[in-house]
Amino acid sequence: MITLSVNGRDHQVDADPATPLLYVLRDDLEMNAAKFGCGLGQCGSCMVLVDGAPVVSCVTPIVVLEGRAIRTVEGLGTVDDPGPVQRAFMEEQAAQCGYCIPGFMISAQALLERTPSPSDAEIRDALKPNLCRCGTHMRIMKAVRRAAGFMQTADAGATTSNGEDRR
Amino acid sequence: MNGPVLSRRGFLGGGALVVGFTLFPGRLLAQAPQEGDGGTPPGMPKALNSNPLLESWIRIDADGGITVFTGKAELGQGIRTALLQVAAEELAVDPMAITLVTADTGRTPNESYTAGSQSMQESGTAILHASARVAAILRDLAAKSFGVPADNLKLAQGAVAAPDGRSLGYGELVAGGELEGVRAQAGTVLKDPASYSVIGRDLPRVDIPAKVTGGAAYVQDMRLSNMVHARVVRPPSYGAGIREVDTAVAERMPGVVGTFRDGNYLAVVAEREWQAINAMRVLAQAVKWDEHETLPDQGTLFRDIQTLQSDERVIQDRRDDPAAVGGAVHRLDAEFHRGFQIHGSIGPSCAIGLFRDGAMTVWSHGQGMFPLRSAIAEMLRMDEAQVHCIHTEGSGCYGHNGADDAGADAALIARAFPGRPVRVQWMREDEHCWEPFGSAMVSKARGGVDAQGRIVDYQYEVWSAPHSTRPGGAGALMPAWHLAEPFKPDPPKPIPQPAGGGDRNAIPLYAIPNVRIVHRYIPDMPVRTSALRGLGAFMNVFALESFMDEMAAAADTDPVDFRLRHLEDPRARDVVTMAAEKFGWSSARLPAGHGKGFGFGRYKNYAAYCAVAVEVAVERETGAARLVRAVAAIDSGQAVNPDGIRNQTEGGIVQSSSWTLMEQVTFDRTRITSRDWSAYPILRFDHIPDSVEVHVIDRPGKPYLGTGEAAQGPTAGAIANAIADAAGVRLHELPLTRRRIKAAVGV
Repeated sequence: MITLSVNGRDHQVDADPATPLLYVLRDDLEMNAAKFGCGLGQCGSCMVLVDGAPVVSCVTPIVVLEGRAIRTVEGLGTVDDPGPVQRAFMEEQAAQCGYCIPGFMISAQALLERTPSPSDAEIRDALKPNLCRCGTHMRIMKAVRRAAGFMQTADAGATTSNGEDRR
Repeated sequence: MNGPVLSRRGFLGGGALVVGFTLFPGRLLAQAPQEGDGGTPPGMPKALNSNPLLESWIRIDADGGITVFTGKAELGQGIRTALLQVAAEELAVDPMAITLVTADTGRTPNESYTAGSQSMQESGTAILHASARVAAILRDLAAKSFGVPADNLKLAQGAVAAPDGRSLGYGELVAGGELEGVRAQAGTVLKDPASYSVIGRDLPRVDIPAKVTGGAAYVQDMRLSNMVHARVVRPPSYGAGIREVDTAVAERMPGVVGTFRDGNYLAVVAEREWQAINAMRVLAQAVKWDEHETLPDQGTLFRDIQTLQSDERVIQDRRDDPAAVGGAVHRLDAEFHRGFQIHGSIGPSCAIGLFRDGAMTVWSHGQGMFPLRSAIAEMLRMDEAQVHCIHTEGSGCYGHNGADDAGADAALIARAFPGRPVRVQWMREDEHCWEPFGSAMVSKARGGVDAQGRIVDYQYEVWSAPHSTRPGGAGALMPAWHLAEPFKPDPPKPIPQPAGGGDRNAIPLYAIPNVRIVHRYIPDMPVRTSALRGLGAFMNVFALESFMDEMAAAADTDPVDFRLRHLEDPRARDVVTMAAEKFGWSSARLPAGHGKGFGFGRYKNYAAYCAVAVEVAVERETGAARLVRAVAAIDSGQAVNPDGIRNQTEGGIVQSSSWTLMEQVTFDRTRITSRDWSAYPILRFDHIPDSVEVHVIDRPGKPYLGTGEAAQGPTAGAIANAIADAAGVRLHELPLTRRRIKAAVGV
C-alpha cells in the first residue's frame, strides 16, 4: 500500500510501486484529466503538479510520490466553479479536440503560481513540454494570459494554491 | 392553412407547408442542393433524402424533451455545437434544450464518414430542413387545436403560443405520435436568415467545459464494469511474421487474464492497464519475427515514385485559346515533392469491445461507424445486425488514423474474452508506425506567361498513392492483415473529380485559357496511406501557389495582383482581397530577414474559399524559418458558428505550418523509424507564431461549404512564398526544413 495525496485528499493505493502515477490516477482513482499520450514523457498530456512543479505522470512511478502533494486538473476547479485557468480556457474557447488541454492547464498553473505576470516568452517556455496537434496554440497563449489576469484579481475566487480538493 | 400573413412568415419560422412551397421559391434555393444529386429531388438535402423519416433526425418526447440525431461525429472540430445551433434555430428552442446523439449504428442515420469538411453541408443541411419541417408540423397541430390560422402562432422555447395567450408544449402536440412515420418533403420553407437568432452566433462549444475540468469526454475515459485492458504486440514492420513465441511467460504475470493469438496477431489482456503494458513488453521480448525489406529507399523515393506502376488519368484538358500559347514570353517549370506525413493524434487510438450473447458492441472514435460495422462484421464473420458501433469521441484525428484499427483490435480481442468489456489503447509507436500516412507525392508544373503578364497555359501532373483506404471491407482494418486467415485490402479506387484524392485541387481555379492536368494514381504503394486532412489538396495547393509566385515574379507583378488578375469568381476575389488588406500586404514593412507570402485555394474547387497571408522570419545562418504572423480570410458560406470557423482555421494554419516546415516520416528498407515525437518532431511552443488572425466572410442564406481542411494548402503555399521572399531561395520539397533552407541559401 502506498499513500498518495491527490488534490488534498489521501488515497491508499494497492498497486505495484513501479506503476507510473498516470495509471493510478486514471484506473484506480478514476480521474480523467491526465491523459495517456506517449508514455515517454514527450508530449505532456499526462501532466500533473507534484509539490507545485509540472511532472509527466506517465513515467513517474508512484513509489517516489509518497508524502508529496499531487494536484490534477480536477483539483483546479469544477464545471460549476471553475478555477481561473479553467475559466480562462473556457472563455477563450481554447480547445479543439481538447485531449492535450489538461496538460497545458497544468503547465500554465505551475507557471502562474511561480510567475504571476509572465511575459509571452515565459509562457512559451513554460508550455514547451506540451504538444497540441489541433493547432490551438494561439488560443492557449491567450488563455494563459487571461488566467494570469484572473489570478491577480479577487473576483476569480480562490486559486486553490493550497491544493484543496474543490470537487 | 389559409390566409398566411406573409410578412411574418420568416420571423415565425417554418410556415404552412404547402402554401409556403409555392410562395417562397427564392428561399427554397438557399440552403439545399439544387441539382438532383443521384436521384435527390431539387430542394431536398441528400442526407435527408437517404433517411427521409423525420424521426430518424428529430424526436420529441411527450415531456417535451428534444433529441436530434446525426450520423456525423464530433472529432474535435466542434460539429456538435454547430449542429445544435442549426436545429435550435428552426425548432425555436435553446440549443442547450436539445440532446444531440452522434453516429451510432443503433440510433442515428447512416451518414457514412465524418470527413471531407462535409458535415455542415450534409448533416447540417439535413437537420436544418428536418427541423423546419417539424416546426411547421408543430405549428399546424397547434393551429388545429387552437382553431386559429397557423401563421398567427409563434414558436418559442419549446411551445407554440397563440395571440390570445394559449400555449401548447411541443411534447403535448406530438404526444399522440403525430411525428411517427412522417417523411421529409422537398421544398420545406426555411427561416429567413435575416431573422436568425442562434445561427451566426459564437455559441461556446458545448463540449469544452467537461474537457477542461476532468469530465468524462473521450472513449479513453470510459470505464465499464468488469472491464479489462488489452495491448497488442504489433509486428515490428509491414509484412513481418511470427517465427516463434512463448506466450506462457506473459500469461504467468500478475493480473494477466490471458493472451490472444491468431496468426501474426498477438495481444495480451490484463485486469489493470499497467499490467497489460508490462505483459505486452515481456511478450514483445518473447516473440521472434521474420522481417522483410518491403519499404522503398527513402533516398531515391521521389524518383522511384515516378517509376511505380500508375494509372494515368487526364482530369482536365482544355484548350480554349491555343493561339495564346505562342504568346508566352516566360516559360517556367518546377518539380515539387512531399514526404509521407502522419496524423499524429496526441491521444493514441483507443476502443472498447464487448462480446456478449453473440453480439458485438464497439465504442470507437473512428470517422464512420456504419462502414466500421461492415468491416468488423466481415472480419469476425458475423451478421452485421449483430455488430453495434457507437461513436465516442477520441483525440483529434485529422483524417483516417488508427481509430478504426483500434476498433478492430477491440472486437478481435473482446470476442476471445466474452462478457468482459475489453479496452485497447494503442501505444505511441503503434500510432506513429501503423496509422495510414498522408501519401508522399511528386508533381511537375509547367506554365507560360505572356507579355501582358497573363498565364496562357498551365500543365501539371501529379503522382500519388491512394488518399482513401478507409473501411468498408475488413481488408481496410490493419489488424485483419495479421490474422491466420488474413484479409487483404480491397484494390483501392481513386476518388473521382471534382473532389479528387491525390488530384484534389490539382486543377487551378484561376482563369487560364489552356490547361492540362494529369493524375498518375499509384494503387500499390509499399507504405500504408490514406486520408490526411486535405488529402492531395495540401500538396497541390502548395505546388500551385508556389508556382503562381514564380510566374508572378517572371511577370514582375505583385503576387496578390497576379492572383486577382486570374480570378473571376467574386467570392474568391473577396477572400484574397480581405486577407491582403487585413495583413497590410501592400504597405507591410518587414524587418530584415523577414518575408511575406500569399496563398489561396477553394477547397476541392467547390467548398470553402480561403486565402492566407503570412510573414515568415528566416535565419540565414541556420536556415531556421518561423511563421511570425498569419492573416486569413475564409468564406464557408452561411456561417453557423463564426468562432468555430475561426478556431478550425487557426488550427489548420498552425498545423499546416508544422507539416510545411517540419514533418516527414522516416524509414529504412524494413521499418518505419520515426516511431515517436523525438524522431518525428512537430511544432512546439517555442516556434509558434506571434499572431494568427482569421476573418470570416459570412454569406447569409448561402449553402454551407465546410471549413476544416480549407487552410492546409494555402498556408503551405504562403509559407514557401514568404521563405522565397525572405531568403531569396525557392524550395520545392516539403517539408521546408531548416537544413534544406540552409543548403539552398548556401551560407
